[in-house]
Amino acid sequence: MWQDLQDCLFDAPFTVIAVAEEGRGPEQARPWIEQARPGYPCLIDSDHRVSALYGMVNVPQCVWIDERGVIVRPPETAGSTDHFRRMDMATRTMAPELVEARLAARAAYFQAVRDWVRTGKHALPGDAARARLPVITAAMAQADALFRLALHLRRLGQDGEAAEHFAEASRLHPDSWSMFRDSQVLEPSGFAGGAAFWERVNALGDKPYYPQPVL
Amino acid sequence: MPTVLSETGTFAVPSGAGLLLSPADAERVTGWALKPEGMCRDDLCVPLTGAMQQGGRIDVAAFWRHLGNPVASDRGGETWVLGTAPEARNEALAGLMAPDFELPDLTGKLHRLSDYRGQKVFLTTWASW
Repeated sequence: MWQDLQDCLFDAPFTVIAVAEEGRGPEQARPWIEQARPGYPCLIDSDHRVSALYGMVNVPQCVWIDERGVIVRPPETAGSTDHFRRMDMATRTMAPELVEARLAARAAYFQAVRDWVRTGKHALPGDAARARLPVITAAMAQADALFRLALHLRRLGQDGEAAEHFAEASRLHPDSWSMFRDSQVLEPSGFAGGAAFWERVNALGDKPYYPQPVL
Repeated sequence: MPTVLSETGTFAVPSGAGLLLSPADAERVTGWALKPEGMCRDDLCVPLTGAMQQGGRIDVAAFWRHLGNPVASDRGGETWVLGTAPEARNEALAGLMAPDFELPDLTGKLHRLSDYRGQKVFLTTWASW
């Protein structure tokens, strides 16, 4: 998905760093990475450390970091949209106009990234960036500890107790889609897109699954 | 042997009730050393209350919570997570320096975010699920 971005900016001091929030480990990510053959670092984050450090709650979310290591855009949706919520559930397909709108939104966001790299546009000054930072609460911090425990127990094969701690983590941090989805039993396709996921998405009502960045 | 997961790593510790550890093991897993003033790290020392000590050993779970950090454990006390307080997370982000981390690629090679200082970085997450 991001290779085009990297390719367009091949002559700039710029890199994508893609982090896979894969609680089940590198083998989940391997087929996707090997197919993409990316020209940028693809890292495996099996404890969701990056999400915890940056207060991220879904994938894909991104942070823009300048040459000094300063955050110039705090976590935001990385080009994805809520068009998928209007998919035909019987056929699991999207109408052409929805596909087109989704692609256009992603293209616009990636254009913004290119504009930033070339001209500095869209980088937020300090106070504006701070105002958009996520606020980590005690409940979210406890959720992170429980989620990490649950991931470890699942690796040990203790699925029953892992499920309890996953559930409590999601109860404490209900805004985290990453915690919810990576705790689910996967469908044969490998997606955590079963009935429980759709129920939770539909419960959002008018609230976005993927809030759109304000550029 | 019980396992302790913290921000700095994964540690095997001797079996015992709760997370009662020797001062040496407590320092290994927490990074805080026992001194006459209490548990100390860099220039900061935190006095230990009676409830945090037992027979020369330190109740690391109680100490960690006393610092305002979350602690999680399984029912059997075999796995412990020493988490990070929300204040520490928020303070780190408020400084706007992108928190550093070290993660492997598919070959196992470790990359630090700070290795890429000097370039603009588009740090993005994804997942197969």
